Amino acid sequence: MTDTSAAIPAPARASPWQLSDATARRVRRRKRADTRFQLYGVGAIFIALAVLIVLLSSIAGSGIGGFVQTRFALDVTFDEKLIDPSGTRDRAVLAKADYGVVLMNAVSAAFPEVTDRQAKRDLRKLFSNSARFQLRGMVLDDPSIVGTTQKIWVPASSDADGFVKDGATTKGIAEADRRLKDRQIEWIGQLSERGAVEKRFNWSFFTSADSREPEVAGIGGALLGSFYTLLITLLVCFPIGVLAAIYLEEFAPKNRLTDLIEVNINNLAAVPSIVFGLLGLAVFIQTFGLPRSAPIVGGLTMALLILPTIIVATRAALKAVPPSIREAAYGVGASPIQVVAQHVVPLAMPGILTGTIIGMARALGETAPLLMIGMVAFIADLPGGPMDAATVLPVQIFLWADSPERGFEEKTAAGTIVLLVFLILMNAIAIYLRKRFEIRW
Amino acid sequence: MDREADVAEARIDQGESPFRANFALGENSSATPDAGAPQQIAVTAKDVSVFYGKKQALFSVNLNIERNRVTALIGPSGCGKSTFLRCINRMNDTIEGCRVTGEIKLDGTDIYGRGIDVVQLRARVGMVFQKPNPFPKSIYENVAYGPRIHGLAANGRELDDIVEQSLRRAGLFDEVSDRLNTPGTSLSGGQQQRLCIARAIAISPEVILMDEPCSALDPIATAKVEELIDELREHFTIAIVTHNMQQAARVSQYTAFFHLGNLVEFGPTEHIFTNPTEERTQDYITGRFG
Repeated sequence: MTDTSAAIPAPARASPWQLSDATARRVRRRKRADTRFQLYGVGAIFIALAVLIVLLSSIAGSGIGGFVQTRFALDVTFDEKLIDPSGTRDRAVLAKADYGVVLMNAVSAAFPEVTDRQAKRDLRKLFSNSARFQLRGMVLDDPSIVGTTQKIWVPASSDADGFVKDGATTKGIAEADRRLKDRQIEWIGQLSERGAVEKRFNWSFFTSADSREPEVAGIGGALLGSFYTLLITLLVCFPIGVLAAIYLEEFAPKNRLTDLIEVNINNLAAVPSIVFGLLGLAVFIQTFGLPRSAPIVGGLTMALLILPTIIVATRAALKAVPPSIREAAYGVGASPIQVVAQHVVPLAMPGILTGTIIGMARALGETAPLLMIGMVAFIADLPGGPMDAATVLPVQIFLWADSPERGFEEKTAAGTIVLLVFLILMNAIAIYLRKRFEIRW
Repeated sequence: MDREADVAEARIDQGESPFRANFALGENSSATPDAGAPQQIAVTAKDVSVFYGKKQALFSVNLNIERNRVTALIGPSGCGKSTFLRCINRMNDTIEGCRVTGEIKLDGTDIYGRGIDVVQLRARVGMVFQKPNPFPKSIYENVAYGPRIHGLAANGRELDDIVEQSLRRAGLFDEVSDRLNTPGTSLSGGQQQRLCIARAIAISPEVILMDEPCSALDPIATAKVEELIDELREHFTIAIVTHNMQQAARVSQYTAFFHLGNLVEFGPTEHIFTNPTEERTQDYITGRFG
């Protein structure tokens, strides 16, 4: 070796570090190119970060209000004559009573100076319509409050709520163009002086279903709908996807048929999701007669949608298991099933789970296929199971974004925050699983 | 290479050379393997050819592996020695497009014949691989896995005994007895390879195939594994593929030289290394090619 290297004539220069002009120029140019390339990279990251920050802060800015609810305190008299004239305390009678009048009386009592009909109507508009149902619920829960007077916090109407949260928006706008008139603003001021206005965390946003009234519309129904949908998706596509991938990767002979299947699976991963919606509509609703708008259909459709994702991820995870482990297991006489079940799959599990969670996150954020199967309906009840009509988080956001009422604007952003939190959570779990169960060999 | 040669020389200086012992053995045992008594032959290969797809990797190999002896398979890279080794426990079955013709008999039964269960075959013909490949499980589980899937232990205590005995035979027990539950992958390279040997002998095979077991190890670990191979000869028949000429000379009683898919020469090790019949063998072992 040493003989051959000595045979190459050394170029004549004073010192090995003395560069010729041409070489020095080339080195300088190369260094400049390196620096430039790094700057492009850093610049790209900064732009991406800036866009992300703008996006997140704008969503957070407009959505934070959705988690806060304004409530007014009222002294409500549960007048026996109005609610239960015969005094039987029969639930049917209590349920049928006109709590709108009870509420109106309480409002009038709070502002005795307001007598004009139109003024009374404006005054009533400060309080949410849903307050009637709140009062009814209280009476049904505890009939003994009939005949008493209670101090009750009732939700403000969407307009009043918006003013209390962000009063500045009404400034500089002519009264005729405003949703809230001057006297209504004055009344809110009076309530505030009496300490009858509070802003508190809006728990009911997470527990109640959609509503026509923005101040009581909640994401709870959509959360449950998403939960049922994803549950069905997971139950269907995890076993099918993982088993299909294991068969294709570990057992299937390599021939034209399996090549065709492989190509098709990869292509399916790129099919627009609305196509899967059409497929779900045709197969699950038209052919099998499953209920429209139900999470079961949504879940099955989503399962079709993310099946390719899971198969591709699982195959990649199986492929990443070093062949030496398979050889070792075969070498001690394990059967192919034992090799796969006891060695390869456990080692591939972190990758499989990561792929599954990423797929589920995609299913959580997907809207288009659900529009086709009717999960876009307005549903004011919490779904009781996967067969009930329901909607899901992204569709709920879409519905709210489409609503004309101003109050839905912050609900839209708040719903987006909830969706993003769930997506980040799922991705975090995927990362955690990968780190936790990663085995080095 | 130089360092390994030094180790070999050092051993010869101490008068403990397995190489020298081989001479004695070779003189005592019958002159050629073919003339050996039938019950002494563990594996008989007759007219074995192997094809990877359309490419032929092995051409009509005839070879007998004698019981309780170490047979070394040497030759340049790609000469088919590993391919031949993997025929003996049908590891080639797992390779897509691999076809084996001819006949390999283990104790007189054709292992490629009908009704032969590959799993049973591999329980009788164990294998140690080039790169130490312990399962990413505990040391105990690594050794216990084989006996467990073959149902060799009736209860936990028997399994414990098998694990301990296997580790002892592999010369590893004293080093790991206090940490049987730590991952096998946490051991050093040499220890990992001995763990793999313990894993292979735990199922009490008749034949152990070793595919360059020391190529990823340092000279000291190599020396340990070589000592171990010599000890294991007492209970097992061993076929070892090696690129290291000194190693073949040190550990084996018989040597087969492969070249370009052909078995060029086969005979007692001292014969191959001191007085080869074929010129190609001579050229290879003296380092003129390969």
